[in-house]
Amino acid sequence: MDTQTAQKTKEAPRPTEQPTSTPDEMRTEEQHNSDNATHLSVGKRKERLDAYDKVTGRARYTDDLCDSKALIAKVCHSTIAHGYVTSIDTSCAAAIPGVVKIITCFDVPDIRFPTAGHPWSTDPNHQDITDRKLLNRHVRFYGDDIAVVLADTEVAATQARRALKITYEELPFVLDVQKAMEDDAPRIHKDTPNNIITHTDIRIGDYQKAIQEKGLIKVDRWYETPTVQHCHIENHLCFASAEGGRITVYSSTQIPHIVRRVCGQALGIPWGDIRIIKPYIGGGFGNKQDALYEPLCAYLTREVGGRLVKLANEREETFVSTRVRHAMRFHIISWVRPDGTFAARKLEAFSNQGAYGSHGHSIVAKATGAFPQLYPCPAVECDAYTVYTNRPTAGAMRGYGIPQAMFAYESHTEEIARILHRQPIEFRRQNLMPQGYYDAFSKNENYFDTFNQCLDAGIDYIDYHKKYQLYQHQTGSHRRGIGGAVFWYNTGVWPIALESSSCRIVVNQDGSLQFQVGETEIGQGADTAYAQMIADAVGVPFEHVHAVSTQDTDISPFGTGAYASRQTYVGGFAIAKTAQSLRNKILAAAHELTRMPISNLDLINGMIIRKSDQKAMMSLGDLSTEILYSLSISQHITAEETAQIKSNAYSFGCCFAEIEVDIPLCHIKILDIINVHDCGTLINPTLAEGQVHGGMSMGLGYATSETLLFDQKTGRVLNNNLLDYKLLTTMDHPHLEAKFIENAEPTSPFGTKALGEPPVCPVAPAIRNALYQATGVAINEAPLRPQILFDAFLKAGLIHDPQRIQEEQRSPMPQKSAPALQPMPVGALSSSKSNVSTTSSTNVATREGR
Amino acid sequence: MYDIAALYEADTIDKAVRLRVEHPQAHIISGGSDVLVQIREGRRAGVELISLYMINSMRGVTIDSERSIRIGSLTSFSHITAHPLIKRHIPVLGKAVDMIGGPQVRNIGTIGGNTCNGVTSADSSSTLHAWDAIIELYGSQGIRRVPIKDFYLKAGVVDIHPDEIQIAVLIPQSSYERTFGHYIKYAMREAMDIATTGTSVNVRLSPDKRKVERARIAFGVAGPVPLRSPHAEARANNAQLSKDLPLCFAHEVLKDIRSRDSWRASKPFRQHIAIESARRAFIESVHAAGGSL
Repeated sequence: MDTQTAQKTKEAPRPTEQPTSTPDEMRTEEQHNSDNATHLSVGKRKERLDAYDKVTGRARYTDDLCDSKALIAKVCHSTIAHGYVTSIDTSCAAAIPGVVKIITCFDVPDIRFPTAGHPWSTDPNHQDITDRKLLNRHVRFYGDDIAVVLADTEVAATQARRALKITYEELPFVLDVQKAMEDDAPRIHKDTPNNIITHTDIRIGDYQKAIQEKGLIKVDRWYETPTVQHCHIENHLCFASAEGGRITVYSSTQIPHIVRRVCGQALGIPWGDIRIIKPYIGGGFGNKQDALYEPLCAYLTREVGGRLVKLANEREETFVSTRVRHAMRFHIISWVRPDGTFAARKLEAFSNQGAYGSHGHSIVAKATGAFPQLYPCPAVECDAYTVYTNRPTAGAMRGYGIPQAMFAYESHTEEIARILHRQPIEFRRQNLMPQGYYDAFSKNENYFDTFNQCLDAGIDYIDYHKKYQLYQHQTGSHRRGIGGAVFWYNTGVWPIALESSSCRIVVNQDGSLQFQVGETEIGQGADTAYAQMIADAVGVPFEHVHAVSTQDTDISPFGTGAYASRQTYVGGFAIAKTAQSLRNKILAAAHELTRMPISNLDLINGMIIRKSDQKAMMSLGDLSTEILYSLSISQHITAEETAQIKSNAYSFGCCFAEIEVDIPLCHIKILDIINVHDCGTLINPTLAEGQVHGGMSMGLGYATSETLLFDQKTGRVLNNNLLDYKLLTTMDHPHLEAKFIENAEPTSPFGTKALGEPPVCPVAPAIRNALYQATGVAINEAPLRPQILFDAFLKAGLIHDPQRIQEEQRSPMPQKSAPALQPMPVGALSSSKSNVSTTSSTNVATREGR
Repeated sequence: MYDIAALYEADTIDKAVRLRVEHPQAHIISGGSDVLVQIREGRRAGVELISLYMINSMRGVTIDSERSIRIGSLTSFSHITAHPLIKRHIPVLGKAVDMIGGPQVRNIGTIGGNTCNGVTSADSSSTLHAWDAIIELYGSQGIRRVPIKDFYLKAGVVDIHPDEIQIAVLIPQSSYERTFGHYIKYAMREAMDIATTGTSVNVRLSPDKRKVERARIAFGVAGPVPLRSPHAEARANNAQLSKDLPLCFAHEVLKDIRSRDSWRASKPFRQHIAIESARRAFIESVHAAGGSL
């Protein structure tokens, strides 16, 4: 998939203390290509460090490292959505040959612990919710963990799990987020009235006063996003054993240092008694930004005298009993002037947390926080609720609330444009966060005219203006549409939570380096990006930089792991600082060996350079060998630094999609799609494109097909497998186009900012808006799967009701010929109630019965 | 690791029949693309299996002395799709089975397994119904032939005696001669999916290509087992080709299909898709037969 840098508005800043001069042999090249010096690594399409090992199967993942003698743990999950386990008869299960131990919810310690992959807060008011035990007698969703079987083999463990006899006292359950808030709803956690974990608000200006203005147009809509699952290739698994009183857990996790803390908390033991090792992982997407089964596995090994215990989730368990993305419901009211400016806006967001706290309110808080800044408006009211329900627990997932938010916000933006008869992109340009916008809380600044640059690049590629005209007012069974959507995204978590990163770099005898960071490689290519940054920041060739990819909490420098879209950003600070520290030591050693003053020495591309005449004095390898084995000044050159990051960065972008709708088959075909991102300076364009393609793919599934479906009678997830959960296949993907605007981020030593999560954010609303243009049918519920399209098209009169055809066949009247398909009047239809009115009207939207 | 109690392997059809008699509780496995999934799900945990996989005489596509196309029950989907006899005489069957699962499943899955499962969604089955296929069984009493519509007894149950195995699927010459068909698999994805509705239509036109001599249509997932639509067929048989004919033909299917509401799709949606698929598959079939509408 070809990608090009659409625009390069500013030269990337060099990491601190970059060489000011270069060796003679590089001069010519430098002069010709001053922006892209051949010896520098950042910005180049370097091959992934792990590419060959991964494609040849040599790279070892958690399961590859587990000894085959491990006891196999199988978790027994509840088959009711809400109630209490009253008994578990283990006698039949225990009699199965090979069964070693059975532990039930009646056996585990009475300790409630948090699971969210957040940095710990030493302030009790900001600590994560502690609302679950290792196994739970109070069952809060269909699939809760109630017992676990340990056996010599998987077959024996599975048979024993099936042989457990469980009785329950059942309680009423609730799946819908707003029904859960009602006074008579089942109480899921006893200390949480109305199941509302948190309610936060944002108030800007005087909303009530602002809406009194004469002549305002009110646009009032509801939007709904689904519960979806990450579907990483590698299901979560971990294995644990104990030695010398300490427990070691190998885990497929994004956050080893956090998991160590949670295991310590869950077992009530000192955190230093836990060691977490994180090998390569087959995807996480936020699901593994939670302590999942590591605490239970650590507990199990302790219960069997430290024997090796493996706990590997099946796909069905991954869908239900790990984490999912929060389903959210949004209610947006915009008061717009006829000139297209906003007078006032109101947002209510209801986030379906499911059974346990996990990441809790942080996600909808991020979603609502994006609202006032995307289209700044003088009077804004936002209310966000995070609510327990008896659904699977929602946690972090790529985009952390913003894919949900953008589906609602950008669908709504499109609606307003239609009502005002404005071209949707031009309407956006009028209101989008302008250059120079400053947010006092995050201290973020929109330094460039990024939104317009991104929109221009997308419009150019997809020929938006021409196609927008061409696709207006179509008729017929196959119609085309084009739609766009924008987003902004915060790179990291400052000032809400701690941002710190640590790095260690060690110089080998040959001048090559090993580095370790606390931010984990989770398939995104972080190790490779870091190696490029370290190569440039230290002054060595990329090929001389080796990553210690595995994090081991006994060995690796502290870091809170991989989450948000912060790894390259926060890691960059620690890398720049550590590299500087290392350079100081190298140049001090060079001074010892060359007797040249440090001020006249430099390290460039692995060579010690005398700046005054550009003479290469020695290689770093020669220096390192000499200094390590020196009989007088032997030293091991190494550096380790922690950087605390007290900044954040706006990341921006947009998506444009061109689709064809086969109305009778209720099928959307994506003809073309492009994401444009400003994530600052690209560290590695190939890896950046990979991030965008993957995020777009996830966005396509979110837009068109993925949703967990629930049995309303039992609360059970109906489609807990990859056949019934419609994750898109390769065959379902169009060409994915990725373009970049490279406005170097001023706060980053490497000019970089968020790209990991942003690509998923604008895709669903872009496709939804394209469908709107194609058919005139506004669907405010994701995903736009065929059943939803059928219901909407039927309601809009675009397809014939088969039941009416049947009635006509039964009646003696001659069969009427089918009427031709008529185009729908633009804006006349909506799956939500149409609520366009002026201020004189008292028409207030109510959600249609659900 | 699969929970399998025992595996008995047959390398001839006679041995398979003997194993069936000796181990009446055992389940038959050939490619395993369904059976292994069921064992993993716990539905057949602890099962005993008779494997037919080594019986090479049950593989391949031939034309027999009566000009019937004979597909050995162990022939994999990918081999069916690629076979010259299928391409020449019933390309629609090759295309239908090329929509099953993904490439790996099509390499291991067999047409015998696809029909013996008795499931309504099997991609081969609606086309075999629409082409009046004959199922050939072999047991202690010798060979027995059953029309495919009689072979399917009810959802998940087919007419195989305890001492029998299915050895071949036959398509009679009267079915494929001068006959052209089209299959539409309506599913939520382009691959790795089961049909929401499978629609297989075939037509034989008069020599002047102005009239339908014979039309056949069968559905998967329009009832508990694959089914034909006699009303639609009657509407098209001997009808002059006209612009209205495909929709008239398609509407008639409502009189025969038995679509149900489920969480996968609503009844009206399934009915609607059945009509639209019937219309489109009819048009495609007529075009393939050289007719114009």
